[in-house]
Amino acid sequence: MEKQQHSSGSESPVLPPVPRKPRNLGGGIPAPRQDSVDSLDSPTGSHVEWCKQLIAATISSQISSGVPPEAITRECKSQDSGEDGCQFDSDYELPSHTTQVFKDARKQAPMDEVPLVPGETIKTTVKDVMYICPFTGAVTGTLTVTDYKLYFVSLERDAPFILDVNLGAISRLESISVQSLGENTSGMEIVCKDMRSPRFAYKNEEQSNLEILEVLTKYAFPVSNELSLFAFQYKEQFPEDGWKVYDPVAEYKRMGLPNESWTISKINSNFEVCDTYPALLITPTSIKEDEIKRVASFRVKHRIPVLSWIHPETQATIVRCSQPMVGPTDRRCKEDEHYLQTIMDANAQSHKLTIFDARQNTVADNHKAKDGGYENENFYPNMELNFLEIPNIHVIRESLRKLKEVVYPTIDDPHWHSAIDATHWLQYMRLLLAGAVRIADKVESSKSSVVVHCSDGWDRTAQLTSLAMLMLDSYYRTLRGFQVLLEKEWISFGHKFAARVGHGDQNHANSERSPLFVQFIDCVWQMMRQFPAAFEFNELFLITILDHLYSCLFGTFLYNSEQERVEKEVNSKTVSLWSYINSQPEDFTNPFYVDYENHVLYPLASLRHLELWVGYYVRWNPRMRPQMPVHQNLKDLLYLRAELQRKAEELQKEVSSSRSISSSSEHAYSPSHGGTPLHTSV
Amino acid sequence: MLSLGSGGAKSTKPSFVSYVTPEEIKLEKDLPKKEQHPDLLPGEVEFCSANPILKYTQDDLSQRGVFGTLFCTNFRVTFISDEASQEETAKNFKNKLYGENDIPLMCVDHIYGVYDEKKKLLTGALVKNKYPSKMIIHCKDLRVFQFCLTFTKEEDAKKIFQGIAHHCLEEKSLKCVFAFSYMGTPSPEMQRKQETIMFDSPEDWTQEMKRMKVNCRLVTENENFELSQRLPKYFVIPSALMDLFSYQGRGLPIWCWSHHSGCALFKASFPSMTQEDGDFQKHLDTMINAVAHNYLYSVKTEDLSESLPTIQDIQQSYNKFKQFFLIENSTEFWLSDMKWFSSLESSGWLDIIRQCLQKALEVVECLEKDNTNVLITEEEGTDLCCVISSLVQIMLDPYYRTLMGFQSLVQKEWVAGCHAFLDRCNHLHQKDKECHSPVFLLFLECVWQLVQQHSPAFQFSETYLTVLSDSVHVPIFSTFLFNSAHHRESFLKAESPLAQSGPLSCPTVWDWSVQFDSKAQNFFFNPLYSEKVKHEKVVRRPHKPKHQRQLSLPSTAFKTPTKKGFFKDETDSLKKMLRVKRISRWIGSPDAPFATTTPTREFYESWQQRPLDYHGLLLPCLDGPSVRVWMQRYLRWIPEVHILGGGSVAVMTKLMELLSQVQDLKRTLEQRDSSQAAKIDHRPYVQQRLLSFGTSGRLSSSFPFMHNRNRSFKPIIPTGLMQSLMVTESLANQEDEATSFESLV
Repeated sequence: MEKQQHSSGSESPVLPPVPRKPRNLGGGIPAPRQDSVDSLDSPTGSHVEWCKQLIAATISSQISSGVPPEAITRECKSQDSGEDGCQFDSDYELPSHTTQVFKDARKQAPMDEVPLVPGETIKTTVKDVMYICPFTGAVTGTLTVTDYKLYFVSLERDAPFILDVNLGAISRLESISVQSLGENTSGMEIVCKDMRSPRFAYKNEEQSNLEILEVLTKYAFPVSNELSLFAFQYKEQFPEDGWKVYDPVAEYKRMGLPNESWTISKINSNFEVCDTYPALLITPTSIKEDEIKRVASFRVKHRIPVLSWIHPETQATIVRCSQPMVGPTDRRCKEDEHYLQTIMDANAQSHKLTIFDARQNTVADNHKAKDGGYENENFYPNMELNFLEIPNIHVIRESLRKLKEVVYPTIDDPHWHSAIDATHWLQYMRLLLAGAVRIADKVESSKSSVVVHCSDGWDRTAQLTSLAMLMLDSYYRTLRGFQVLLEKEWISFGHKFAARVGHGDQNHANSERSPLFVQFIDCVWQMMRQFPAAFEFNELFLITILDHLYSCLFGTFLYNSEQERVEKEVNSKTVSLWSYINSQPEDFTNPFYVDYENHVLYPLASLRHLELWVGYYVRWNPRMRPQMPVHQNLKDLLYLRAELQRKAEELQKEVSSSRSISSSSEHAYSPSHGGTPLHTSV
Repeated sequence: MLSLGSGGAKSTKPSFVSYVTPEEIKLEKDLPKKEQHPDLLPGEVEFCSANPILKYTQDDLSQRGVFGTLFCTNFRVTFISDEASQEETAKNFKNKLYGENDIPLMCVDHIYGVYDEKKKLLTGALVKNKYPSKMIIHCKDLRVFQFCLTFTKEEDAKKIFQGIAHHCLEEKSLKCVFAFSYMGTPSPEMQRKQETIMFDSPEDWTQEMKRMKVNCRLVTENENFELSQRLPKYFVIPSALMDLFSYQGRGLPIWCWSHHSGCALFKASFPSMTQEDGDFQKHLDTMINAVAHNYLYSVKTEDLSESLPTIQDIQQSYNKFKQFFLIENSTEFWLSDMKWFSSLESSGWLDIIRQCLQKALEVVECLEKDNTNVLITEEEGTDLCCVISSLVQIMLDPYYRTLMGFQSLVQKEWVAGCHAFLDRCNHLHQKDKECHSPVFLLFLECVWQLVQQHSPAFQFSETYLTVLSDSVHVPIFSTFLFNSAHHRESFLKAESPLAQSGPLSCPTVWDWSVQFDSKAQNFFFNPLYSEKVKHEKVVRRPHKPKHQRQLSLPSTAFKTPTKKGFFKDETDSLKKMLRVKRISRWIGSPDAPFATTTPTREFYESWQQRPLDYHGLLLPCLDGPSVRVWMQRYLRWIPEVHILGGGSVAVMTKLMELLSQVQDLKRTLEQRDSSQAAKIDHRPYVQQRLLSFGTSGRLSSSFPFMHNRNRSFKPIIPTGLMQSLMVTESLANQEDEATSFESLV
């Protein structure tokens, strides 16, 4: 059982959100690094070799030469010691002999204490529960339910098995039959949104045992039980304030807005025009308020066309909105036609405006019959309408459901590819990427403005505009920029997170639920795989975002719209996910990052280059885990880079001081060479 | 002169549209025409040529082309463009023997002719009379060439077509292979080759045996192939085996590798079946006993032909698999993209790779965990036995993960070990399909899986493996030209009078300088390789005992003398029987492995939980998502899948930059310190500095193979996206929001 943990710190989400101070990179010194000192001093030693070894070692799992298996086990134990769940990181950097000390010190830590985040309280503890692990068989231990998580620790004193599930990730709770384990035994299956379904069995004898399902239901679905979401109880303090990450005015200013054609409109400051839009909107300068109101009445949910992104050189724009209410009678709206004409005119480079309708053409026709529809090219001169043929939220939900069956709990190896094929998950992603590439290409190559909409303009539209912006604008490929992108295109423009995820809601069968955001993050991961050096953030960052999409620990993804968030005072009463992330950015940084600056990245929307995101969807399967968690490698690489940087600077200094004495090697050493590629980030 | 076939060229079908009208060609004709000739290699002879031939360019979505001359020589088919070549553009990975428009004759896989819009596979018979309007050549390295023959003179077209067809399709004799006409001068850089152990002398074998401290016997009796022509010149057998001469050397257990515990891996062909049953059984028993005697009197035998696919299965599967990569135009590409995953699976190729790795894993478990001797057998003992034994050695022995170690391994198991390269690769275009099979490629594929899963453990890169897989089809190297050691020796002896100047000598493929200059050879090295640290031991010592106990690693402690003595009792036939019984359990369950794939699961998992040691045991993960397509080899020529500015090269560049920078600084320091000036490092990583390829140009994921010149920065947008997507209608038509429109009603 203990084996489970060695690999990646138990079956818990990527990070236990436990307080910790941002780590100083120069802090600990891992054992191999000390060799370098020797080699640098000794005439024969080559520290290039050392670097190579270190890179090689860090790249996957090695370094462990200094960390014996016991030390890794320790990491898991440290979690129940309750003081610092992230001890692993510090352990890891310690030379082996110090680890020994730590080991002894921690042995006294009480075994059955559950690590709690500030504000978290234990609701019930049940002993003698059996976790039916699909990978290694059943384990007996203690199950604790808090208002934030479900926490299972096995009985083993050394290296206990730990399972940690955020209550927010629970989609539904079911009692299952566990006849084989004897009478008086109940079983429960916890179906999670994050691709796993742990099962437990427990004796019915004690009263407290009977309560467990009840307690769990109550706290897993607080909204259905008239409790508040855990985010409102979470009391962690972070040095960074994530709520300050996105300032719409500053972001628009970065794009050069307002300018002569576009203005920051306050028409929606009270959410009167559109209750699902943000307070600040970018609209064409020349359009008057009453005109906007008439356009709003022609667009579904009053989601009028507003600017999302503007090309810094060509002034071509990406504009988003919802479908026009054309209806079966081909209704027209003069103001809407004029509005789009104005958008086109705002870009002097092109005399065309391209409208991308994300839906399938046939489906859009159906919507027309139901009072929705799409722009008639006859009434909108110089407009070109394209359908991107992307299926709707129900199809995507079904696809992910099938995917879960394929990856959890076991994989049918010989039929892996056809099983993946049958879920269509990658095909849908290919459609999405292809659509976003077309949008980005229109803006970049044809210099033409584009309007993107689907039905309501908050699902596929958000996916497409944000992906296209990610391709076009390198700012969004930085750690901060990506946060801004999410805050802007997804959160402020009213992607209905509450409805799509179902935070704290017991109604798991609600057809409003759909993993559209997961699909989007997966697309970003696919792009990251194709351009491994173009993104400042790493895979852990994406996984962390997805884990906290469900966890309800942070306020970031709660509620459906800006208006609701203002009402519930989310900013003052909850903590932002970005507070946590930006307090330790080094954990989420890609060490290979090179600023591609003005390069537009076109990912390849070919199935040959799309791959199932094993690190996310199949991460519960211990066989699919790397021997050392990926983020650990990345962190080490970051460290290595800092170290290299320091060494390089040191040597540079020595060189420059020596140059004053003898300038023999001047040519080999132009000062510009030293350190250029190193200044890229962090 | 444009009459024949030009009608076909005007078709509207996307695959045959030519944007060049006959008028334009006339225009080109008016230009002063200069004679083009290929730079011939020493010994290369030009057979025929034709001009103008239109070669369709692949790296363009439209079907345009380049005019030029097509040649056929005794080495290759080559196309030389009339336009000024722009090949000079910083191509730092150039093959010296053949360029991007050259197809070595041996590399031609299939030729298709397009007759009146119909694509026909050409065999000898079809060639006789008509020549096609278009000729499509599929290469064994997965390149696809399309030449339009309609613009040239009829007799020229006929001649070149028949010439190419004749030299590429007709069965020929080994004598005609270019290697024996090639007069390349051995390069001064022969030391490189020297480092690879060739296993063609008793000393090489003795050294290898010494390295592993084995107590087997080196057999030199077959020096003149008197024992058997199918056996290696020198080989090693269990010391207990006395009788060498029965059964013409068939069924002899040949030593492959020894574990540090003392147990060893042996391979053997089947004893010939013509013997009487009793005799056969007796012989088998002798062999097994001899192997068992090697260590602790334990042995497991595995008949590979029972548990692995046959070489015909392998051939069939690969034939299906490679079709997905022989792409002629982008329409075809996007069509095939839709079915990608399912077709991948239907070919079964990845599953064959998985089965081979799985089998190797089982053998490794026996050696590493159970410490038993293993004997693998097979009909000839030179196909899957080579695959499995080499894989086992790579997993167990870090030496074989270095470049030189790997090359020595190929020499030992494959070249000296008598793998029938000539027949398996079908170098002579024989019609007999039975014996063709990409067994060696299968081995490289398996190695690639290991490389991609544990990159820092390997000194060589995937580029090296790709180049090696290409080199099999370059008819210069003696390495891959023969069926056995005997075949090689006898042939070279017989043919040597042909070459007037001294004995025949062909370079071995390991002399990489024949193909690449030293700069390009740097791409063979894996920049992430973690070299063995000398002081590692000091670091590890404190944890060693615990480490081993926990992992039940075989250690010297395991070899308790009592135990050894107990089993050493040779006269105790009962014990002998017991041990052999145990084997039969293993022999007797060929059905089990793939029904459940669990035999090695536990072994793998316990290994996986240990901290990874790149200089220790290395096991592959065989779960569905982990066995992948060798993208570099298979996708490198398909422009549709090149990620401009992406791919792993981006990361490598970054790492290289860091490394080279530190290196630079270090060297400056050394120069400054005159006392150290003499000590300049000559190890491979110094050369890697050259690898810091200019980052100014955007490289694509196909680097270093295909270069995207003049490629527009336009994105590649797939066509026909929805064709195969069976979107469930009811769901697709459902509203995004259950309430959105109903509420209006």
